[in-house]
Amino acid sequence: MDSSVLYVVAPELILAIGAISLLMLGVFTSNGEAAGRTVTWLSIAVLIATAIAVFQGSGSSLVFGGAFVSDGFTRFLKIVILIGAALTLLMTFDNFGRAKLLQFEYPVLVLLATLGMLMMVSANDLIALYLGLELQSLALYVIAAFKRDDVQSSEAGLKYFVLGALSSGMLLYGASMLYGVTGSTSYATIAAAATIPEMSTNIGLTFGLVFVLVGLAFKVAAVPFHMWTPDVYQGAPTPVTAFFAGAPKIAAMALLLRFTQAALPGIAPQWQQIVIFLAIASMVLGSFAAIGQNNIKRLLAYSSIGNVGFALIGLAANNTEGTAGVLIYLVIYVAMTLGAFACVLAMQRNGRNVESISDLSGLAKTNLTFATILAVLMFSLAGIPPLAGFWAKWYVFLPAIKAGLYPLSVIGVVTSVVGAYYYLRVVKIMFFDETAEGFSPPEGRTFAVMALSAAFVVAFVLPFVGGTVVDAATAAASVLVPAHP
Amino acid sequence: MASALFFYLFSVLAVASGASVILTKNPVHAVLFLILAFFNAAGLFVLLNAEFLAMLLVIVYVGAVSVLFLFVVMMLDVDFAELKAGFIKNAKIGALIGGLVLVELLALVGYKGLAVSPVMSPSSPVPAADSGITNTRALGEILYTKYVYYFEGAGLILLVAMIGAIVLTLKHRKGVKRQSISAQVARGPATGLEVVKVPSGGSVIPPPAKHPEAAE
Repeated sequence: MDSSVLYVVAPELILAIGAISLLMLGVFTSNGEAAGRTVTWLSIAVLIATAIAVFQGSGSSLVFGGAFVSDGFTRFLKIVILIGAALTLLMTFDNFGRAKLLQFEYPVLVLLATLGMLMMVSANDLIALYLGLELQSLALYVIAAFKRDDVQSSEAGLKYFVLGALSSGMLLYGASMLYGVTGSTSYATIAAAATIPEMSTNIGLTFGLVFVLVGLAFKVAAVPFHMWTPDVYQGAPTPVTAFFAGAPKIAAMALLLRFTQAALPGIAPQWQQIVIFLAIASMVLGSFAAIGQNNIKRLLAYSSIGNVGFALIGLAANNTEGTAGVLIYLVIYVAMTLGAFACVLAMQRNGRNVESISDLSGLAKTNLTFATILAVLMFSLAGIPPLAGFWAKWYVFLPAIKAGLYPLSVIGVVTSVVGAYYYLRVVKIMFFDETAEGFSPPEGRTFAVMALSAAFVVAFVLPFVGGTVVDAATAAASVLVPAHP
Repeated sequence: MASALFFYLFSVLAVASGASVILTKNPVHAVLFLILAFFNAAGLFVLLNAEFLAMLLVIVYVGAVSVLFLFVVMMLDVDFAELKAGFIKNAKIGALIGGLVLVELLALVGYKGLAVSPVMSPSSPVPAADSGITNTRALGEILYTKYVYYFEGAGLILLVAMIGAIVLTLKHRKGVKRQSISAQVARGPATGLEVVKVPSGGSVIPPPAKHPEAAE
């Protein structure tokens, strides 16, 4: 093995070595809380160093016998994942500090989960896919139950673990079928096998495809494999939920994109059907089930289910613009979700967090800045132009219409109107309802994330913000070439 | 001839002990039968010239997993009758769903047949019999070179599992008195002995103990 491999995997190496060294630092420091604080700051530094290493990469290379790929597509998604992970770590200090959860293991587990995500993004082989997915999931199960004295948090961790293990089983079953009929775990060989005409109707290939997609749908929480999402989002500590809603979704969508377009372009019509169904079901359930929610974390859980549905529209289109649309959607979704969860973290009275939507009532009179930021994010999630949320939907609907998926696009537009109802209800409660007791002023770092997210959402319409993202996403998407342009 | 004899011996014993695992009433006997089943499976691997897998089966499954099972069975008071009652209660639904999926899969396979791709390469990765390379060595040669990425990835997963188990279960209890051997050894006449002058007719109240608290 020559040393050029090390340059290709430099980001992963930095992250892995960083996580292990910080683990050692934490173990051999006696003071718990101070160690937690230091290790969290150092973890953010490691994530930034990794992002810089990702930036340094160029071109497209395959290493480890084709199992690990590094190209424009992976670099784009890795940067988004690393920024998302770093911002969620920044939001943990205040909340975990008060809950006496500021232990060094948390940032280390977040680093290892992020490493898993980078491996997922770069996976070009079924075994690499599974290893990355499992590294990420296992760390996420643990941090879901991190508040171990709390029944809800333990329940969230256990539920996530059991359903996650089930989905991993499905995925492995599918992967074994794909291996059985194509004789290889490598995407390139599977793709070569799947393009042979007589293979397009091969039943083993279809089985494998279906089971792998079921496993991945569990991970992105697409309907009908979403059941765990609301409970886990509600039960896990809020900074953990903010992490769940952001980076892991991107990594799992990246897996879906590469798996469908690089490994199985030959049977595109087969997976397109499945993706269309997942998209429609997620959008419909995401918008209707959220209406009755009173807990803001549950509301955001259903919102994330709906958003996955919208992002899947771009995948269903199966063209380069569609892939670019998914990438743009993911960037905007992460920005909005992080901002929304920062707002949830800032909802605290007398040192205690509150999570009910009615607690927001009349917020505009007690804290106008907070109310304005949350209102901007809600308008954006609802898809009101000219905010970023509108453009996110624009860039996935347009390729779908181009690909002739008219019913899917119409259902998407209708459900986004339904979804607008519950987002705007939050705005109405904040601005027009009876004033409830005000919140304590938000903590500086959390407020910074809120403000940053709102600023991004508003400024997206400007060419040097939105244009940059769109150009980068289009360049990244052009790496994956679908079979039917 | 001899290998066929051993094949039948191992497989009959493996099947019989496998059946005994689920048929015996006593859970300890069940675990012991499980160990027997592992040994027979290891024997089958040896017959296939896969001696590395055979060793692994004995070391990992018999040495670690089964012993763990025995610990659980013997140390935890698990009410197996109650577990079985719960199983029987949900068995109908489980059997229905499982049966439906099975029937669907069989029907599809029966209808279309499970063909294997023409590009599939059935070339055997096992080293040739006369090359003098044992399969343990052959595995070692590719595990740390061709598959090093998977190997390290799996290592990280195990690390996460370990951190997770510690984070979720280790409790730092305060006020527990533990033996501190280094403190005991370091204790000499200067620290362990104190000469006090007792006034006649009076009493001495010993000062509070200055033992170093045992480290957590």
